[in-house]
Amino acid sequence: MIRDIIRAALIAVGLTAGLANAEEPFIVVQSTTSTQNSGLLDYILPGFEAETGIDVRIVAVGTGQAIRNAINGDGDVLLVHSKPAEEKFVEDGWGVERFDVMYNDFVLVGPKADPAKVKGGKDIVAALTAVANAEAPFASRGDDSGTHKAEMRLWGESGADPTAASGAWYRETGSGMGATLNVASGMGAYALTDRATWQSFGNKGNLEVLVEGDPRLFNQYGVILVNPEKHPRVRAAAGQRFIDWLTSPNGQAAIASYRLDGEQLFFPNAK
Amino acid sequence: MQGFASEFSSALALILNGDAELWAIVLLSLKVSVFAVLISAFIGMPVGAALAVARFPGRRILIVFMNALMGFPPVVVGLLVYLMLSRSGPLGVLELLYTPTAMIIAQVVLVTPIVAALTRQVVEMLAEEYSEQLRSLGVSRLASVPVLLWDARLALVTALLAGFGRAIAEVGAVIIVGGNINHVTRVMTTTIALETSKGNLALALALGAILIGIAVAVNAMVSTLSLRAEQEGLRHA
Repeated sequence: MIRDIIRAALIAVGLTAGLANAEEPFIVVQSTTSTQNSGLLDYILPGFEAETGIDVRIVAVGTGQAIRNAINGDGDVLLVHSKPAEEKFVEDGWGVERFDVMYNDFVLVGPKADPAKVKGGKDIVAALTAVANAEAPFASRGDDSGTHKAEMRLWGESGADPTAASGAWYRETGSGMGATLNVASGMGAYALTDRATWQSFGNKGNLEVLVEGDPRLFNQYGVILVNPEKHPRVRAAAGQRFIDWLTSPNGQAAIASYRLDGEQLFFPNAK
Repeated sequence: MQGFASEFSSALALILNGDAELWAIVLLSLKVSVFAVLISAFIGMPVGAALAVARFPGRRILIVFMNALMGFPPVVVGLLVYLMLSRSGPLGVLELLYTPTAMIIAQVVLVTPIVAALTRQVVEMLAEEYSEQLRSLGVSRLASVPVLLWDARLALVTALLAGFGRAIAEVGAVIIVGGNINHVTRVMTTTIALETSKGNLALALALGAILIGIAVAVNAMVSTLSLRAEQEGLRHA
């Protein structure tokens, strides 16, 4: 018995040593769930990895958490979607410089029954006001992510204060976009989501896109190198190569060519 | 939810038809959790046994504390390990965050209290049972620890399995310190969380079924081993 345990221990040590020796150059990118869940990164990264031999390790969390992780130095590159927060990140010295990468848009999804009667509208602020007036269930990220920040900006413009109804018709899930869509799908609630996550989401249930096309629903993604002056262990050279590639004609073309069910999800717009 | 059953069975078939990526994930889950349990055994068993036989002021408090640690929320453990291993943390220079080693560390923190608390309970009972024999042989309390551990070995296997169960099923800690990075730190539970967030509920459930299958297989294997050991023990006696 003891001999068996020791043998198992030795095997485990060997296996773990085996895990560690596959040391090729890599970078850690703090990014958001939308870029991962939509399949975009799985689609474009092999091109970069083949070209440079640099392995890209994606940590996909909300924008707020990604920025906090990057401030702690736990990442070499930040790829997120909340321009004001990104600009503050650079201003505070945590990032070197911010570059536009691509955009898509947010959409308001909701139950087909549409109790707030917002379907087909082009004005997101009017739609949110209608949802608040109808006190129809609304599932919010509530997690300081890029989408949550965008949602809060739009509520601000509407003049309604949904957080006053928190726990009533306004439900803050405090979790990722997919988890929030699962909640919305389960209870027939409205939700603001980025289009990429929505398109690739597999549990739409009774939900459909109700409001889209408002310029205020524009969703810009940016990329920033974490400042090596703040965190000397940042893999700055490899990280910069990734940023250069993403904003290069090759990287931009790769983003533009990604399709899900025949539809383009991200639109490159690096300058 | 229409066609969920057929979706589930097709997902299960897809997985079982030797999807290489999935089996790499299964293997990583096993490596991380088995290694974590072994380290926990080397720490938890001596500590638990020592607490069972030693007598010192504050021992009861220590035992209560250790038992309470069995219910330590994995997310909190993940957060603590993250803060230690972060580049801004005290152990940042080791560059362990977002590696399988970080996940092993988090699971060791989760599993060691279980192993120690269960060992303490088993050994304390045995020590009472054997106290006169040990005393007549002139064995000191602490020196009796290896003997008691050896005698309790079959019960201790159950302690290790309880620890393994917690480690392999846990998601809150490993997703924080591992980062759920594809091909690097993605394990069964974080894959299930990811597929759920993509709304691929049938696939997530099929992965869950595999995880349960693995847990059953490991338990069956270990219980066969210990049964055989028990029978051998009887034959020698």
